[in-house]
Amino acid sequence: MKAPLLSLERITHHFGRVRALEDVSMTVRAGTVHALLGENGAGKSTLMRIAFGLLSPDQGVLRLNGVATTLTSPADALAAGVGMVHQHFTLVPAMTVTENVALGAHGLYRRADAARRVRDVAARAGLALDPHARVSDLPVGAQQRCEIVKALSRDVRVLILDEPTAVLAPAEAAELLQWVRRHADAGNAVVLITHKLRDALAIANDITVLRNGRVVSAGADEAGLVHAMVGEASRDDGVHSNAREARQSPAPSEMQGRNVISIRDVVVRDPQQVVRVRHATITVRAGEIVGLCAVEGAGQHELLRVLAGRLRASNGTVQIPPIVGFVPEDRHRDALLLDAPLYENIALRQAGTRRGRMRWRTFRQQTTQLMSAFDVRATGADATARTLSGGNQQKLVLGRELDRTRDALVVENPSRGLDFRATTAVHQALRDARHAGLAIVFYSSDLDEVLSLADRVFAMYNGTLIPATMTRDAIGRAMLGGGAADVHA
Amino acid sequence: MNGRVQQAVQSILTVTALLAMAALLLAMLLAVTGYAVKPALIALVRGAFGSWYAITSATIVRLVPLALAGLAVAVAFRAGILNIGAEGQLLIGAAAATAVSGTLIGEPSWIALPIILVTGASAGGCWAAVAGVLRLRFGVLEVISTIMLNFLALYITGWLVRGPLQEPTRINPQSATLPIDMQLPVLLDGTRLHAGVVITVLVAVAVWCWLAHSASGFRLRAVGANAHAAAATGQIRVPRTLFAAFALSGVLAGLGGAVEYTGITFALYENFSPGYGYTAIAVALLARLHPLGVLGTALLFAALEAGANAMQRDAGVPSVVVSVVEATLILLVVAADRWQSRSTVPARLTNEAGA
Repeated sequence: MKAPLLSLERITHHFGRVRALEDVSMTVRAGTVHALLGENGAGKSTLMRIAFGLLSPDQGVLRLNGVATTLTSPADALAAGVGMVHQHFTLVPAMTVTENVALGAHGLYRRADAARRVRDVAARAGLALDPHARVSDLPVGAQQRCEIVKALSRDVRVLILDEPTAVLAPAEAAELLQWVRRHADAGNAVVLITHKLRDALAIANDITVLRNGRVVSAGADEAGLVHAMVGEASRDDGVHSNAREARQSPAPSEMQGRNVISIRDVVVRDPQQVVRVRHATITVRAGEIVGLCAVEGAGQHELLRVLAGRLRASNGTVQIPPIVGFVPEDRHRDALLLDAPLYENIALRQAGTRRGRMRWRTFRQQTTQLMSAFDVRATGADATARTLSGGNQQKLVLGRELDRTRDALVVENPSRGLDFRATTAVHQALRDARHAGLAIVFYSSDLDEVLSLADRVFAMYNGTLIPATMTRDAIGRAMLGGGAADVHA
Repeated sequence: MNGRVQQAVQSILTVTALLAMAALLLAMLLAVTGYAVKPALIALVRGAFGSWYAITSATIVRLVPLALAGLAVAVAFRAGILNIGAEGQLLIGAAAATAVSGTLIGEPSWIALPIILVTGASAGGCWAAVAGVLRLRFGVLEVISTIMLNFLALYITGWLVRGPLQEPTRINPQSATLPIDMQLPVLLDGTRLHAGVVITVLVAVAVWCWLAHSASGFRLRAVGANAHAAAATGQIRVPRTLFAAFALSGVLAGLGGAVEYTGITFALYENFSPGYGYTAIAVALLARLHPLGVLGTALLFAALEAGANAMQRDAGVPSVVVSVVEATLILLVVAADRWQSRSTVPARLTNEAGA
């Protein structure tokens, strides 16, 4: 039998005293998709960083085509036929697709030749990509295709994709997964790092599950995998149980009250005067969660900021409470002072209207209370935000925005990049807030997540807000601009 | 609290290590360039700390403009503004102080002095505000605009001391000497130690209190730490905060110019500042942008410069050797900061150039 393209044998790796991987083995065969599953911090990324030459293991062997190899840099890995597309893209926005692909290659750069090569590679792989488009002008999906072409142009046989569907809308994600399957069928190997079970089950030949840095054996069905990933303690935290919990929660209509957020005919133009939101009208009552579904760039970003009072509408009437909690999608960029202690991050709320002295002792106490109320795990209120895991950072932000918010909360993709446990905690906090009578607007790029939490759903397509029925198909069609028949006003 | 003590200890250790490296480097430079190492170093230490007069009239007197300009840089950098223009703001402050003092002849000093100092500070603030408007309205990077404004300030000073502000005899390119009752009082007879030292320490403490414990100081730090997150609170007006930081930074540097004028030089001339505003960047960085730390690092640089003069005078070693050491210190500070992966230095100074 032919040797596998890539095999990792008995890999152990430590970061300082922390053990990230212990005795992990994994074999990637030609012609297959190998899904690598696990919660945040389970060791998926560490393992793949070893395979891509970014880290060298403390112990264990890496074999390429059966030959034991030492990779000391990504350049080594690429030369040996291993390519990786990171979750956060590594493209130069100001450059064209061709220039980005050519970066890192050697020799003379001839634009026409390079562009032809990009076109060839893209055509052979079956990916649509304009070689002369500037990366900053491309939507996320196309940027991802550019990353893939970049890897493929180096003749890689093993392609590692880190959470590739995290940034994509459902339709794009499905398309990407189909492509991954075809690419593998053509004799290549793809490693799919993900925490979406459905993706893994849909296309993977092999599945490896990591938990706490070890391989855990897993059944082939969804329940078995959930169990393997999160362990005994939280068997109920899986994707499906969310829907179950939602059904168990008290009927929202009984508690719904006054209109808290009300906007009518709102138009938002961006600084280039392009219309991002077209005549949006929406009312959110106390004690309900209004869900919003949309593909990337449909105007939800702007609409959410108008609802949260963070962006001024170009036209229309906006009635919102004076204080609206807001959890932005990119918490590192928009919600946290990463190098500041936690209590300063808590103080950031309301810092705009405060006067005089900052009573840091009070903020420390408040932070400690919030940390226990929202189960934020950190060494203390003095820890810097950077030292927290993504889930704990998000719980901190959510806690901050919910604290002393009586009326309304706007959340944007709150579980992005979080593991099951943290996601469940975030969902529970949102349900509790609804129960406490807040009006909540909830956007997620994960349709199932919206369905499991929301009482009503709007889809957004190309700047237009469309009320949708609470079914996957109807929403999916509405956010892609079709299925007008399912839409009722 | 424990973490903060630990941080402070770590900072002091780092500074000590850097100092040792600087001393070693200086010794090596001296050896390589063929000077006797020991006498030169002795002259340097003597020039800075060798006598009561050296301490007060050479070292501490130099600390004053360095510390005030260093505070200006620290405040700007804390807000994420790379104000390289403390030199120009200091010069404009001194020029405005000189101009206004000419109109106050005959006034009692308790009226004249505050007016002179406030005018100098305000003028420095206005000069920095020009860079602020350029950045916030037109998107001109302050690194570029403040350097250009430095040149402008230098030439304006040159013109002033040959034109409107020239002394009455019109012989020397400098302003008339400030009457003694408008000068900052001398604190110790027989030295040049003036009341500007007290002002400097008070201002440093005030800036520290404000940054660490006031709401507006926190806003400034928040904007500097992450302007996106500050804006996303929906309440912090980022441009306004930045503009205030520009202005405050200029006020501090301008005050430095006015204090130097009323405390030491008593006249405006072309080479009024031997690069205080540039050394101030090193002062601020070495202090990790901490206002009280600035007092310490300003003392260090003041001692180095006082010592360098003495070394040139007594041992015949060109004072530029010390400038080489100062420059190396700055590079070491930035590198050490990166090393410890603490981001007290604005990311733009290290990250973008680095990784």
